[in-house]
Amino acid sequence: MRTLFANARLIDPEAGTDAPGWLLIEGETILATGRGDAPPAEAVIDCAGRCLAPGIVDIGVKVCEPGERHKESFGSAGAAAAAGGVTTMVTRPDTAPAIDTPEVLEFVTRRARDASPVRIKPMAALTKGREGREMTEIGFLMDAGAVAFTDGDRVVENTKVLSRAMTYARSLGALVIAHPQDPGLSDGACATTGKFASLRGLPAVSPMAERMALDRDLALVEMTGVKYHADQITTDRALPALDRAKQNGRDVTAGVSIHHLTLNELDVGDYRTFFKVKPPLRAETDRVALVEAVSSGLIDVISSMHTPQDEESKRLPYEEAASGAVGLETLLPAALRLYHAGAIDLPRLWRALSLNPSRRLGLATGRLARGTPADLVMFDPDAPFVLDRFTLRSKSRNTPFDGARMQGRVLGTWVAGTRVHEKG
Amino acid sequence: MTFRLRHLLGIEPLTPADIRTILDLADQYVDLSRGASKHSDVLAGLTQINMFFEASTRTQASFEIAGKRLGADVMNMAMQASSIKKGETLIDTALTLNAMHPDLLVVRHPQSGAVDLLAQKVNCAVLNAGDGRHEHPTQALLDALTIRRAKGRLHRLTIAICGDIAHSRVARSNILLLGKMENRVRLIGPPTLIPAKAAEFGVEVFDDMRAGLEGADVVMMLRLQKERMDGGFIPSEREYYHRFGLDAEKLAHAKDDAIVMHPGPMNRGVEIDGTLADDINRSVIQEQVEMGVAVRMAAMDLLARNLRAERAAGGGVYV
Repeated sequence: MRTLFANARLIDPEAGTDAPGWLLIEGETILATGRGDAPPAEAVIDCAGRCLAPGIVDIGVKVCEPGERHKESFGSAGAAAAAGGVTTMVTRPDTAPAIDTPEVLEFVTRRARDASPVRIKPMAALTKGREGREMTEIGFLMDAGAVAFTDGDRVVENTKVLSRAMTYARSLGALVIAHPQDPGLSDGACATTGKFASLRGLPAVSPMAERMALDRDLALVEMTGVKYHADQITTDRALPALDRAKQNGRDVTAGVSIHHLTLNELDVGDYRTFFKVKPPLRAETDRVALVEAVSSGLIDVISSMHTPQDEESKRLPYEEAASGAVGLETLLPAALRLYHAGAIDLPRLWRALSLNPSRRLGLATGRLARGTPADLVMFDPDAPFVLDRFTLRSKSRNTPFDGARMQGRVLGTWVAGTRVHEKG
Repeated sequence: MTFRLRHLLGIEPLTPADIRTILDLADQYVDLSRGASKHSDVLAGLTQINMFFEASTRTQASFEIAGKRLGADVMNMAMQASSIKKGETLIDTALTLNAMHPDLLVVRHPQSGAVDLLAQKVNCAVLNAGDGRHEHPTQALLDALTIRRAKGRLHRLTIAICGDIAHSRVARSNILLLGKMENRVRLIGPPTLIPAKAAEFGVEVFDDMRAGLEGADVVMMLRLQKERMDGGFIPSEREYYHRFGLDAEKLAHAKDDAIVMHPGPMNRGVEIDGTLADDINRSVIQEQVEMGVAVRMAAMDLLARNLRAERAAGGGVYV
């Protein structure tokens, strides 16, 4: 069956265009796009001039299965993703237990298939139990569907262990994702070094801890030749090292969370634990530099770093409170803040939200080209709303945007040509 | 009188007028405390609970005496030994206590921000008796009262705060208060014990104690905690005393009439020379303790007035 999306504003990150047009899908794939007279189709969806873009591919989503299903399940995360225009969730292995064996991975894949309306691409742990001692069965895990290997926010401290895991991963063409943060300097920290943390009396980590760890990882990349992705670059200081590695032709990419692009350390205010994320929110100068780096393409990927935490783990004194924020449903409107601020255009934004993460993981999504999967999001970039966290579909409602004025509503989400979300 | 605060969580939200209001009233309570009958009834009928999640002798005693002198029913809870050990969260503890209808809750907690959190969950007046490294407002107020009485004013003074600034809530509250009252504040200490970006607080930072003390009107020493002495932040106790311990020779760089303060408890021979601490011509350490009771009486009196006014106006439903 052919479906026509008529009167759309097509956002094509691959071509770098933002123009009126139509898009035709057949079954699960995109058949054609064009301007002017639209071809006939069995079904027509009138986009009424609204944006139509490839669905978001979100690297680093925490679905708390197995282990903490009360915080988030594949069902609830999938519903949240569909509502947020996320068509592929690339899930984290930092569950309890960690996803570090093909058996656990198969469980996850099965649960995901049964419960989630959007695609799930699981990542697996790089080391057993995420303990930084022995590498996991990278080959078996790849066969079972793992798209990348990461210990989440745990740093593999032992460079010998990491270099061997990287060397082994390289031979299989596996992507290694790391969290660049020097473990010594960042030990116990819950804020970024500066006047704000000093006045609030919070233990803080210097932005230098990120650069140091990135430098170390990049040296190991040079040594091993592995495909490497830094999950979150959050400081201005780390950018030159990243740039240099790319200039030198290393197979290196980097991501940033939407929270580090739209919030800064001062948002923590009077110890608001919903703003406690890892790494901590940074200075405004860092935030501005990161936005620029996304626009220039130095930073490749924007992700939500969706991390569900229940009320109990957040209603604690700041230092004791759990880190992380949910983001699947707020990723798109928060990212549009950058667009509305004039910092980035929509094709570049979608390059970071959809095209680059797809490419990095070897997925066919993220494009509007003929033959690619019909994973689409239709949205009104201007529609204003005030976020009420209790309307979120996630089981956990730990969003820093509660009560925030936002612009940008998802009107529809399609995965493989099937509508999985309708504005409601 | 313009003091309108519901809680005393820190110096940060106070205006200079608020600070003067508290200190003026505290002056009256100094007189009361020195009088033949030390009793007043301004808090009669009110219940004051002292919740200390961290060990304290003098602050807790000071709050207890302050409450009792004003006629409140005072109860002390040593929280270290109680339900915290049984896994109860701070908020549950607060809600439990709240159900007992306290009017004044005095809280000390080892975590920065914990008292703010607790204040959001109870409907009585909360006084911060020290939260982590964040604030200790009544200590800064008693220091301010001591300075004002000794120097005759609380503005345009040069005040040197020396020692472990990084881990000190006393220092933070004092920096904020003394800054609000338009004083020149200097921080003196080894760089490992000075908070990051301290210069942005509107203070001058020194790692040479003699230079920092030059021309100071007030020398405020801070306690160096035992657990910070061994190699982590400073090389040794003796090197610290040599470079940052206050003795007569270093004090000679300050003004001739400079006063010496210490929030206690002191480590004699670590941060301050014992003889100097006892010198009644220079040290106002005992006055600080006395002013502590008066300032806490004043703060609780003012908060209780607001509480009563709020209740009379029908505000706040008391569960």
